[in-house]
Amino acid sequence: MSSSTATQTYVPKTRVGKVTDYVDSRVGGSGIVKEFGRKIFPDHWTFMFGEVALYTFVILLISGTFLTFFYDPSMAETHYEGSYLPLRGVEMSVAYASSLDISFDIRGGLFMRQIHHWAALLFAASVAVHMLRVFFTGAFRRPREFNWVVGCVLLILSLAAGFTGYSLPDDLLSGNGLRIIDGVMKAIPVVGTYLSFFLFGGEFPGTMIIGRLYVLHILLIPAVILLLIGIHLFMVVLHKHTQFAGPGRTNTNVVGYPVGPVYAAKAGGFFFIVFGVLAAIAAAFTINPIWNYGPYDPSPVSAGTQPDWYIGWVDGALRLMPGTIGSNFDFEFMIPFPWGVNALSLNVLIPALVPATIVFALMFAWPWIEAWVTKDRREHHLLNRPRNAPTRTAIGVAGIVFYCVLWAAASSDLIATHFLVSLNDVTYWLRFLVIFGPILAFMATRRIALALQRKDREIALHGRETGRIVRLPHGEFIEVHEPVDDYKRYTLVSFDSPEVTVPKADADGKIGLLDKVHGRVSRFFFEDRVAPVTPKELSASHGDHHDEIAGAKDRESIASH
Amino acid sequence: MKALSQRRRHPLAAFALLLMALLVTGGIYAAASTANEAQAQTTTFTADDVEEGSKLFSANCASCHGMGATGSDAAPSLVGVGAASVDFQVGTGRMPMQMDGPQAQAKPVQFTDEQIRQMAAYVASLGAGPAIPSEEILDASAGDASKGGELFRVNCAMCHNAAAAGGALTGGKFAPSIDGTSEQHIYEAMVTGPQNMPVFSDANIAPEDKQDIIAFLKTIEEQGSPGGAELGSLGPVSEGLFIWVAGLGVVIAFTVWLTSRSS
Repeated sequence: MSSSTATQTYVPKTRVGKVTDYVDSRVGGSGIVKEFGRKIFPDHWTFMFGEVALYTFVILLISGTFLTFFYDPSMAETHYEGSYLPLRGVEMSVAYASSLDISFDIRGGLFMRQIHHWAALLFAASVAVHMLRVFFTGAFRRPREFNWVVGCVLLILSLAAGFTGYSLPDDLLSGNGLRIIDGVMKAIPVVGTYLSFFLFGGEFPGTMIIGRLYVLHILLIPAVILLLIGIHLFMVVLHKHTQFAGPGRTNTNVVGYPVGPVYAAKAGGFFFIVFGVLAAIAAAFTINPIWNYGPYDPSPVSAGTQPDWYIGWVDGALRLMPGTIGSNFDFEFMIPFPWGVNALSLNVLIPALVPATIVFALMFAWPWIEAWVTKDRREHHLLNRPRNAPTRTAIGVAGIVFYCVLWAAASSDLIATHFLVSLNDVTYWLRFLVIFGPILAFMATRRIALALQRKDREIALHGRETGRIVRLPHGEFIEVHEPVDDYKRYTLVSFDSPEVTVPKADADGKIGLLDKVHGRVSRFFFEDRVAPVTPKELSASHGDHHDEIAGAKDRESIASH
Repeated sequence: MKALSQRRRHPLAAFALLLMALLVTGGIYAAASTANEAQAQTTTFTADDVEEGSKLFSANCASCHGMGATGSDAAPSLVGVGAASVDFQVGTGRMPMQMDGPQAQAKPVQFTDEQIRQMAAYVASLGAGPAIPSEEILDASAGDASKGGELFRVNCAMCHNAAAAGGALTGGKFAPSIDGTSEQHIYEAMVTGPQNMPVFSDANIAPEDKQDIIAFLKTIEEQGSPGGAELGSLGPVSEGLFIWVAGLGVVIAFTVWLTSRSS
């Protein structure tokens, strides 16, 4: 109320002032600027991946709009008459012909196609890295659980946006991708064939699918992404941004710069940096050379047929799945139903659906899984350093290894040709690694995290090893340790380190099953633990080390005389 | 007609019928297989060539392929493989083979063109086989690149990749990149089917169609990449690797720079 009285009494003098005041008194812009412009954001390079995702999305909207002016999502047959000679006169769909026209006969079209596709790859990559940052720093904990879920949905939508766009040129490469989708759908028992016929409007490939994917790609998916980005950012403003612990940075404040003018300028500049990087890449590097692949035709599949990187892991899972085990056991079962026999093709269903289901289910549920394990219901605005949550970090790395092995499997043929090894051996190794890789990665990561914690503890208590060896008068050698400054030490000692919760017996002296399970999981998570340095330990260590160094300096000065 | 129907129960009627059927199928097969044979656009070899080739063969090839090129446990017989086969295998450096492996690797050529011609003459003299193709059929400018492209995608791209960049086969074998391969060697590879490659006979792909394929390959080789650096023409894998390493790497460098003077 007080601000509105202020605007009423304020009388602008200049012309610009009058115009501004006219607008402001009607839309209340100054109130928004006052509130939002003073919003504080902390600074750390890992906090900027979400921004990269947002900016690449904006670039996608701009370049995508240009492409819609010239692209025709029709599957009608035509003969190419454009300027690319090796395809002249070839029979193809109108969609493919218009994609070729964008590439060769529309001014700036190829550049726009390339910036759109490169931006899509960077969009999905920055979303993934952003989520990894949030996971490994524990930024999903209360109160941000729902924002984490919104982020998970955005990740899935970015994959959907990418895949539907990848299919639009109707070239041989993307058609093969659609054929795999068709095959996976048809492997779903009972309803699979119906689903496939519903999506493709009849038998694959039909004449409908490109138009349908186009509507999804330019209307539905971007609209939902935009909506969720709105919700996502609203919640960021509501919850405030998290920060790493440091002197003066507590769970109840945010230390950083305000949006206006610092971040408005920085973020605006960063948008143009991302745009510039993508434009440079699009100008200098080919992406998806559809003219090489030729028009879609269900019969040929070229060597080196892979999906874009973000779908690669599912393709890899399909490549790793054995068709049969030995010569007797295959994964196909004929199940008699009252209406006839249905096939259950587990050799397709397992790789296509199981890894993705596991990864996405764990991802969505993780904030609640961890809250159940820690029984921690507090709000967290301070981030964890990954080493200070060893088990979570180890689980995250195990997940990354699982993903990356499947991802590598999607390029098994190129691994074979480029490293001069047998394709069969690559497949066998990756099959081994997809099972044992995550386990090994879990163990190694947890050990490394604990070792780093121990090192931090050493440094906090005894300072940095300077490498300076000093001999004392009585013959003893010591290495001089240089104590870290207080700011640095603060970041080394200020973290939570949960301990194992032992299940408690109830009034009857019994321990419930869930409590027992919880006790087990808690032990798994927190049994191996490096305790943070206590103030008592710190003051105790300070005493003798100052003496040691002072003493060493004395002796040095004696020696130099 | 009546005489024929009266004798249809004669004891020898079945044999006569069988003989007739065999003659017909055999005749058709013979006709078909001559049509299948790669037509020799023969380069003529002299007796001297054969003589010299025989000496070269004994000195350089016979240890594996056997005296008289009849083969051994280590290597197949070369009787009937034709001059084209020798010209391809020796002319691309695949033979003599450097070491045993899943397949012979291309390497610097070990013989002069004259010596290769002489060995080809010798092997061609052992039995009929695909000959070295003539100049006219190798003229890429006379072929239809877009028709060749269609044939390439249907017949070749599944192993050699849509942009002829090569691809993997099982057990360490691979289809090599065709980039930079001469017209003659491309043609010879199609008619002789070296390593794991199938033979594309003239009945399968007519000589004019082979010329179209060569025209397509030479067109895409000469035109370069319309959209900038092609990243090995390996498809989405190299694109993904590039955006993760170079694209994201540069962006991260900028984020570090932007936050380097943080509070």
